[in-house]
Formats: sequence, structure tokens, C-alpha cells
Amino acid sequence: MADALPRPAPEPVSPRHSLRAAWAVAALAFVILWQWGEPVADWAFDYPRGWEIPVKRWIGDFMKWLLEEASFGLFSFTDLTRFIADVIDVPYRIALSLLSTGFLRGQGSDAVQVVPPLPWLAVIGIVGLLGHAAGGLRLAMITAGCFLFLAVFGQWENAMVTLASILIAVPIGVMGGLLLGILGHRWRWFEAAITPLLDLMQTIPIFAYLVPILFLFGFSPTAAVIATIIYALPPMTRVSMLALRSVPSEVRDLGRMIGCTRRQMTWRVLVPSAKPDLMVGVNQVIMLSLNMVIIASMIGAGGLGYEVLAALRRLDIGTGLEAGFAIVALAIALDRLSQAAAARKPVHAEPGAARQPLWARHPYSAASLVLIAVTAPLALVVGWIESYPAALQISTGSFWAETMKWINVNFFDQLEAIKNALLLNVLIPVKRFLLGLPWPGVVGLLGLLGYTLGGRRLALTVAVLAFLIAATGQWEKAMITVYLCGISVMFAALIGIPLGILAAERERAGRVIQVVIDTLQTLPSFVYLMPAVMLFRVGDFTAMLAVIAYAVAPAVRYTAHGLARVDPQLVEAGTVAGCTPWQLLTKIKLKLALPEIMLGLNQTIMLALSMLVITALVGTRDLGQEVYIALTKADTGRGITAGLAVAFIAIIADRLISAGAARTRARLGLQR
Amino acid sequence: MPDTPAPADTAVTLECRNVWKLFGPEAQGFLAGQTAAPGLEAIRAAGLVGAVQDVSLAVREGECFVIMGLSGSGKSTLVRCMSRLIEPTAGEILFNGENLLAARPDRMIEIRRHRMGMVFQHFALLPHLTVLGNVAFPLEVRGVARAEREARAREVVDLVGLAGREGFFPRELSGGQQQRVGIARSLAGDPELWFLDEPFSALDPLIRREMQDEFLRLQAILKKTIVFITHDFDEAIRLADRIAIMKDGRVVQIGTPEDLVMNPASDYVAEFTRNVVRAKVLKARSLMAPLDAETLPEGTADVAASATVAEIAPLLSEGAERLRVLDGSGAPVGLIRREAVVDVMMRG
Ligand SMILES: Nc1ncnc2c1ncn2[C@@H]1O[C@H](COP(=O)(O)OP(=O)(O)OP(=O)(O)O)[C@@H](O)[C@H]1O
Ligand SMILES: [Mg+2]
Repeated sequence: MADALPRPAPEPVSPRHSLRAAWAVAALAFVILWQWGEPVADWAFDYPRGWEIPVKRWIGDFMKWLLEEASFGLFSFTDLTRFIADVIDVPYRIALSLLSTGFLRGQGSDAVQVVPPLPWLAVIGIVGLLGHAAGGLRLAMITAGCFLFLAVFGQWENAMVTLASILIAVPIGVMGGLLLGILGHRWRWFEAAITPLLDLMQTIPIFAYLVPILFLFGFSPTAAVIATIIYALPPMTRVSMLALRSVPSEVRDLGRMIGCTRRQMTWRVLVPSAKPDLMVGVNQVIMLSLNMVIIASMIGAGGLGYEVLAALRRLDIGTGLEAGFAIVALAIALDRLSQAAAARKPVHAEPGAARQPLWARHPYSAASLVLIAVTAPLALVVGWIESYPAALQISTGSFWAETMKWINVNFFDQLEAIKNALLLNVLIPVKRFLLGLPWPGVVGLLGLLGYTLGGRRLALTVAVLAFLIAATGQWEKAMITVYLCGISVMFAALIGIPLGILAAERERAGRVIQVVIDTLQTLPSFVYLMPAVMLFRVGDFTAMLAVIAYAVAPAVRYTAHGLARVDPQLVEAGTVAGCTPWQLLTKIKLKLALPEIMLGLNQTIMLALSMLVITALVGTRDLGQEVYIALTKADTGRGITAGLAVAFIAIIADRLISAGAARTRARLGLQR
Repeated sequence: MPDTPAPADTAVTLECRNVWKLFGPEAQGFLAGQTAAPGLEAIRAAGLVGAVQDVSLAVREGECFVIMGLSGSGKSTLVRCMSRLIEPTAGEILFNGENLLAARPDRMIEIRRHRMGMVFQHFALLPHLTVLGNVAFPLEVRGVARAEREARAREVVDLVGLAGREGFFPRELSGGQQQRVGIARSLAGDPELWFLDEPFSALDPLIRREMQDEFLRLQAILKKTIVFITHDFDEAIRLADRIAIMKDGRVVQIGTPEDLVMNPASDYVAEFTRNVVRAKVLKARSLMAPLDAETLPEGTADVAASATVAEIAPLLSEGAERLRVLDGSGAPVGLIRREAVVDVMMRG
């Protein structure tokens, strides 16, 4: 994700001593301004309102213009959005009818069901068949098991609503991303044009573009599907461009040699050859769409996401957790399914297969059809075939609520003590410190850091982005974001790096950690929020815990990976030289793995920022909250401006760390 | 290898005239601005890579023309210039007299579809198609109906000895089998000019040998005009009617295997030929003496003028002192003395 961002080439750095002098002077100036500047230079601590760039208003006006006046001659912009909404709405209605509501005649509460939805048994059967087709019996058990879980725990209805929107969003997202990727592959200028946009889309928090979507498409499931598509599209585009580019040049030559037209070249040669890589993108689209489920329910998606969100809002932990688990079950089933489908290799048919009847050549489709044909009529008469019997449903909601109550009754003091100790000794002091810094000083120091690490261009990028945050009047909220993100990343590193070391050094532990990390990464971000809220209620501390849990994975993964990649000859050399294992680790391996670990931290920061915005739901006071408020008020200008500020923080961190990692790598003489 | 090398007066199928390919920015302008052909240093100084420099050669109808050179000598670039997969920086490519560089894109598609075939070093098979699908693919692209193209594909699949594997996918085949698919595919459209870019380099030595035999067998049946790229001099000697040796983008010598072995143009060429077993390259024709000097005893064995010394030697081991040499039409053209053969065999 973020380490695919293009980086400016490091320019030659000025001689060391003059740079050191510059740092000394800058630090001195900074301290003076910070300690004694307030009475004389008030503006440095509180960006004056009069100087603000009215970006919010501009964006707001622009949106208004779009809605009320923009026109392409034959049709207006609103016609276009309505058209897009309709194009998505039709297949969505069909999927929803099939899985959840049945096909209706009439409107609203007078509607009569003409055709019922698919019986739950048929859906589970089909999912199991899909699993078997993609990955054999084991996968069939997993997928069918996950869906059975949905039925048993009473989440079937909601899960099918969610599944319907995923079933629509994923193909559109995949196709859209692929098409953009193809265009980018065909025309260099197009790639150059969309790459920065993709960078921005991946760093801007999701909430920020919910606002304009809400504005353009209204509060509806369709708007939610559109938001999901937009969210899941950039990685697919990136993956597509990469996959198409890595098709061997010989295959390309083959296409031209046999006289393919341009279209044949794209669809018959390049795309099929790139399919294994493209499937990675498909898996990403599925996972991102699921990740979006809860957030999308803020602008009209129903189903599991809405359930979680509503429960979270009224702090009904039991219900929220149940729906959350259901999302996880859905995520696991779809993730494993798409991964198995991606890994599947074609196998030749037995000779004579062509002469077999149609059903024998397509056994899975045939079995699915038979399943539907048998269960659908039966469902009309036998209740338990149509829907899972309510009497057999298990509700764990009260169990979770009871458990929580028990923990809170018995361990309240201890939990509270931990929370307060950390708040008082770490969180609050850091927050005070950051909020007290003068913005011109911070901008200047960031610029100098950029210059030291990467030269003039990086210095300029970093300083300008930081200044823009101040100039749009968001400095204070940005600092709170930085503080929450910084502390979370620090804890994530403190937990993740040792775990990564453990995973690299001890094989068995490594396997366990790998499985845990993989599972953690399939979980939608909201899932992390719930246990934290249950134990510590709303506030910064809770947000921090959720962010740590969500963002720790890359720290572990990159550390383990970096250590595993250290040249074994160097380790042997160290052993021969008589290093103790501890010396080997600290003096050789960690030193050489440092660039990789830095990239892991970079990823951790990116994940932390994206999670941080979500934690606005539990009452933080940062940029995330700003976006969230904008969403509830449908204030596009405010939402996008705050979203951009988060993106700027992400870009600043990414560029600085990447430049630092590149420098370290160069110093160590490592090539990537 | 056909029995007689294509004589010098057969038609030329493909001709390169002063072909240049320089990689790098502004290559065209650089070349146009030169009065004389620039040397390696000048090209490098301009920040360009001289992949193909001033190459002129003619491939005659029905011959197997091998381009041989070490890695990076520009063979792939040259062969891609010939089919215009790479646009040459300067020069002319004449295909049956037509200047390919002046052909419009649709004309180029037409020529490639119907008259050229190419085999690739790493096979370039499409992973999602079966053997039959891959072989029929060129026909499919040009819109041949399914039944017809599959029938034709089956024919060539049989020809390369893969009958029974039509339904397999590439990854289910060994390297040698995969390249057989590549060969079958390049032949499906019945091309006039057949390019092979290091077709056997990615294979193990034993398989490579087997595939070379297969190639000779096919060529004996098909008699295509062939441009064959290799970096293996032994392979070149085995397969070629004529060989062009490339070094740093230039052709340093063109000639029959015999020419190269007997009269290397430079130390560079001599370096390749040094370890070649001469008896396997030298033909009876170049070893024979005039026929008129003496009368041959009754029962003197006959040999073809195109037979190699290694093939003749066993006849002499039965005690004969002389052999009579016949040309392609069976007329006696010379005689070979035992001493001459022994001399070649002794020198290795
Ligand atoms: N697209 C390109 N851009 C720049 N230089 C290139 C390009 N393609 C090839 N070259 C250079 O041109 C020279 C000739 O390359 P070419 O691939 O033709 O060699 P080759 O004889 O086929 O070698 P090999 O046996 O390794 O395939 C090499 O120095 C190569 O680096
Ligand atoms: Mg090559």
C-alpha cells in the first residue's frame, strides 16, 4: 500500500558539519519560540482565523454548483449521478431479493412477496459447493461452517443483506479497477495522472468521501455500495497496472507476432496471463469491501454493519459483538474462498470428457441447480427448509453482556487503575506537549528533517503539506491525531517488533504468530473497537487500544521478514567471530533488518491513521471526529478538508520514513 | 539439414540492409547526425546502447540461417527488428522484396498473421489455454472457425509428437514438451518465414539434443525458411546451412559451418571453432581431389559430396584407399584419398 508510493530520489546532501550547525540553530530557535514566544508571537500558537485559506467554503460551493448547475450539455451532473445510482441499483435489488427479501410486487408495507428468497439450506449448500470446487472438502467445510454459524446465531437475515451488497460491489470494483489499470497500462500519461490520485485515495480516511457521496446519492443502500466500490477500487487499479506490467515481454511479443489487434492483445493475451496476480487484487477488493460494511451503514447500508453501528451507539455490547462475529465469519469464508480460487490451477479433463452430457461436464453448477430446484418448492411447505428454525437459534448476546458485567464488577478497579495510570503518565502529558508546540516551529523542523533525509524536494513537500494543515485551521485537531497515532504506533512497535523477532528466531512460535497475524488482518477494523469499548468505555485510551490491535500486524510481519532476509553468510561470519546469540541479534541481524523494520513501522502508521478516524465513534477529539461530525451534518467542505489533513499527515510520515529507510539501506550497502 | 545447401542463386526471402537499433533517448537524431557509421565508443558516449549496428544479411528461401552470438550481442534485438516487433533505428528490412519498415500497421498484422511464425526462448505459452487451445490460438485470433482451427491444430500437435496431450495445460508439461507446443503453435498458420529465438536454451542438455533432432526432422519435412537464434556454437553447426556470428551488435562473419571452421575471419570466430571436431563439419566436397588423375579400381565405394568426413571414415576402416564422390544428381565429381581423411581425423 503505502510503500508503493513513489519517492523523490535523494539529492546529494550538503556536507555533514554545516547540516549539523543548521540543526543546532533550528533547535535553538525552536526552543526560544516555544518557551518565550507566546507573548510576542501569539499567531505562532494559534493560527489566526483571518489568515485561513477558505478551502471548506470553496469545496462546499463547488458541491453546490455540481448539484445545482453543472451540466454536460445534453444532461446535467445530477442526471449522471442518478444514472449511476440506477445502474447499480438494479443488480443490487435482484441480489437482495434473491438472498433476503424475495421478489416483491407493490411498494412499501403493502408489498406482496411473489417469489420467496433462496432457502437458507440452498445458500449453505451452494457455498459449500463453491468451497469444494475451489479448494476441496476442507474448504467446503470451512465455508459451509461459516454460513451455518450465521444461521445458528440468528444473523442470517442481516448477513444476507450484507452479502448482497458485497456481491454487487466486488464485481464492479474489480472490473472498474481492472479497466482503470488497463488504461494506465496502455497510456503512460494516464498512469502518471491517476497515481497521485490513488495515493491520496488510499491515505484519505474513508469517512471523508462518504460526505460527498451522501451529498450526491442520498442516504441509501446504493450510496453505500458506491462508497464501498470507491474504497475498494484503488488497490485493484494498482494491482492491475502492476500485474499487466509484469507479464513477460515474450508473451507480449507472441501476441504481436500472431497479429493480435489491440483488444485481442488486452483481453486474450495480457489479462489471462496476468490472472494469478490479478486475483490478489480481487481478494483485496473483497476484504476491503467487508471492511467497509460497517462504515457504509452510516450512509444507508443495512445488514450486519448497521447492526454493529447501532449497537455501538447504544453501547449494547452483546448485540454488537454477535453481529461483529458474523462479519468475521463472512470475511473468513469469502477470504478463504477467493484465495483458494486464486491458487487453483487448471487441470486437464479426462479424454472423452467432451462427449459426456452437459451436467457431467459442469458438476458444480448442475448440483447447485438441483439443490435449488429441490429446496425451493419444499421450502414453501416445510418451514425449517425455508429459514433456520428460531427455536434452535443460539443467542450469545446476553452471555457477552453478563461476562462484561462480571469483568467490570470484579476487575473494575484494576482496569480503571491501568487506564488512569497510562492516561496520567503518558497520554495526557504527550498531548499537552504536542498541543503546546508552535506550528511554525514544527513546520520548520519537519522541513529540515526532510532536507536531511531526502534533499530539497522532500523538504519542500513536507513543509508545504504541514503548513497547509495549519492554514486550513486544523492544527490543533491534527496535533491530537498525531498524538493518538504516535502513542499507538509506539505501543504497537513495542509489542510488534519483539513478536517479530520471536517469530523469526523460533520456528514454532513463528508459525503460531503467523496464523494469528493472518487472522487479525482478515478482521474488519470495527471488530477491534468493541472489546476495547466494553472494557474501558469511550475515550482516548479505548481508541488507543483499538488502534494498537489493528495496526500491530505489519510491525510483526516486516520485522520477521527483515530478519529472515539477513544474509546468512553474515550471520555465520558473526558466529565464527564468537558472537553470543544476543550479540548476533543486536549487532548484526537487527542492524541489517533496520530498513525493513522501518517500512513495517510506516505501514503501521498508515493503518493506525485509518483506524484512528473510525475511533472517532468512541469520542476522540481529533481530525477523525471532525470528519465524523461533517458526515452527520452532511457538510462536504468540512469533511473533505479534515480528510485531506489526515492524508497529509500520512503522506508526510510515509515520505520521511521511506527516505530514512532508503538512506539506511544505502549506508548499509543493501540493495532491494 | 537439407542435403544440399541452398545455392547462392535461390531467391532471397528476407534481407536486412544496414540495420541499426540503438536503445536510448534521441537515438534516431543521433544516428541521422553522423556522417560515417559511429563506433562503439561514440555510441556509448552519447548514452545509447548499440544493440544492433549496421547489420546487412540475406536469408535465402528454404535455408536455415542461424544467428549465433554470446549473451547481449544483440541477437534477440536483431530478430525482433526483422519482424518489426522492435522498430529499427535505421536501415531497411525487405521481406520478399517488400520494405517492412514502410508497411502500415494493418499490413504488418496481415504479414505476421499469415507469413511469419515465431518460437520463444521461454515458450510464451498462455497458462489458461490447453495445448490445443494454445496451438489454435493464432488461428483463433485471425478468426478461423472453431472446427477448422482445431483440426489444423491437431495436425500440428501430431506433427511435433504431442498427440494425446491436446487437453493438457502448459504447467502439466515438461519443458521439452512445452517447447514442442510453442513450435506447433508457430507452425499452425503455416508460415513462410520461421523465427526461433533460442528455442532450446532453457532446456537441459539431453532434452536439447533430442529437440535438435526433432527440429531437423521437421525441417526435412517442411523445408521452411528459418532464422534460428542460439548462443551455442555446437547447436549452430548442427542445424545451420549458414551462420552469422554476432559480437557487440555487429555481424563479424557470415558463412557455412565449414567456412567458419576452415577460414575464421577473426580470432574471435576462431575461438569458437577451436574445439569443433572438424570431421563432423568438413564435407566430402571440400576434401576431394580431381577425378581425372587416376582410374579407380573396381568396387570403389561412393559417397555423397555433402557427407561429412565423420560419416565417410567408417568406409575407409574396411581397407579401401580411395572413395568416389558423387554430387546431388549422382554424377561422379571427385575422389577422396585415405590420407586426407586420416589427416582431418588426427587433427581433431
Ligand atoms: N529495451 C531495451 N532498452 C535498452 N537496452 C536494451 C533493450 N533491450 C536490449 N537492450 C540491450 O541491447 C543489447 C542486446 O540485447 P539482446 O537482448 O538483443 O541480446 P541477446 O544477444 O539476445 O542476448 P541473450 O542471449 O542474453 O538473449 C544488450 O546490451 C541489452 O542490454
Ligand atoms: Mg535473447
